[in-house]
Amino acid sequence: MSVTDINWFKYSSPQALYPLAGKLTPWFSALAVILMGAGLYIGLLLAPTDFQQGDSYRIIFVHVPAAWMSMFLYVVMALWAAIGLGLKARPSYMMAQAIAPTGAMFTFLALLTGSLWGKPTWGTWWVWDARLTSELILFFLYLGVMLLRTSIDDARRADRASAVFALVGVVNVPIIYFSVQWWNTLHQGASVSATAAPKMAAMMLLAMLIMSLGFWMYSIAVILARLRCVIREREERSSVAGQVERPVAVGGV
Amino acid sequence: MTQLGLTDAVRDVIRRDLLVALRRRADALTTVVFFVIVTSLFPLGIGPEPAVLRMIAPGVLWVAALLSCLLSLGRLFTTDYVDGVLEQLVLVPQPLTVLVGAKVAAHWLISGLPIVLLAPVLGLQYGLGGDVLGVLTLSLLLGTPTLSLIGAIGAALTLGVRGSHVLIALLVLPLFIPVLIFGAGAVTSYIAGIGVEANLSLLGACLMLAVVLAPWATAAALRIALE
Repeated sequence: MSVTDINWFKYSSPQALYPLAGKLTPWFSALAVILMGAGLYIGLLLAPTDFQQGDSYRIIFVHVPAAWMSMFLYVVMALWAAIGLGLKARPSYMMAQAIAPTGAMFTFLALLTGSLWGKPTWGTWWVWDARLTSELILFFLYLGVMLLRTSIDDARRADRASAVFALVGVVNVPIIYFSVQWWNTLHQGASVSATAAPKMAAMMLLAMLIMSLGFWMYSIAVILARLRCVIREREERSSVAGQVERPVAVGGV
Repeated sequence: MTQLGLTDAVRDVIRRDLLVALRRRADALTTVVFFVIVTSLFPLGIGPEPAVLRMIAPGVLWVAALLSCLLSLGRLFTTDYVDGVLEQLVLVPQPLTVLVGAKVAAHWLISGLPIVLLAPVLGLQYGLGGDVLGVLTLSLLLGTPTLSLIGAIGAALTLGVRGSHVLIALLVLPLFIPVLIFGAGAVTSYIAGIGVEANLSLLGACLMLAVVLAPWATAAALRIALE
């Protein structure tokens, strides 16, 4: 069967999505391990030492990819939320639900590594500058989406209410992204852009991009694994557990 | 039976909400008194040093305005939700988005406007001068409607949810932050002599964005809550 023959709408049912997610998770996990291993090797051992910051700059290989993922995952989550609201598709809401904790984790990681990096370079753990504050707001928004979902007992209402809130919060993402251009802040401007030549050594850039890809693959793996948990949890409640149970037994995932 | 025009419907919604607020004066007064008390607590806690008070005044007054707006949000839809008025609003032929806008406008008149009018008096207590008081009032005048509009989204999303009072704070406060930064920033930069246009323009931009988007999101959230 060629690629074009696949009926993608098949996967709009949780029963079909469950084994697919199970099949894909190990592949993305393996890719994540390989890419993150390679990224850390290049970043920590091969990349040259920065002439200004010494070796402390190496946290960039975790910090920048984590910050990218935090924003990217929010947009993806909002996108699934919008698809859910538009098409009334349950798996879209499940995807949004599965993405939120990973996004919050990356946001926290970006804030944490940023503050660890800030201490040796800026001399302070935290400054109230525009990018740090807006990233903190992003963290609160992730928490809000998750808390709103858990506070509402009715699953349908929880899905749709947290989707609306996720869409409202999307306003914040461009504010974070452009904050270093719009305001004169302590946080440095972007070191990498698609249009201008990068302001860093090629080896550093390579490590950072490989780490970002690694984080991306990790996110997909974890989100798909969590998606399976979400499907199990919900379908058991709605008493079609048998349909979901079967692929586990037969597929031997 | 003649059908009500859109402007008539908006006027009726606002008039009804104002009338309800007038009948339950204590509710509306609570938020205003809260605003006054919170702003009075800071000089007591920090000490009456005039230079310090002048410095913290914009931030304190703005945070207090934000909190008292938050306090009043619970009332925005809850009583209408309980007695069934909200369901009627959803069912009438006029678009819910516009009616929600009318309800938010009434909410601002009840809980936002008194704060805007009181702020200069409280600013005096903090030793702010005449021009600064003007900028403070202007920034609150531009900012508090945005707070009501954003808050309405949170109020609609948490309608009838258990623990909604705390939840609404967690949802809405992060979204209030830009308004707080630009609002307090306008006053601070005026005191520093940098000029207020940038911050006030950004406050205005927030308001425009909220006027267009917030009633729409609120209406969607209300439909979800009432299903």
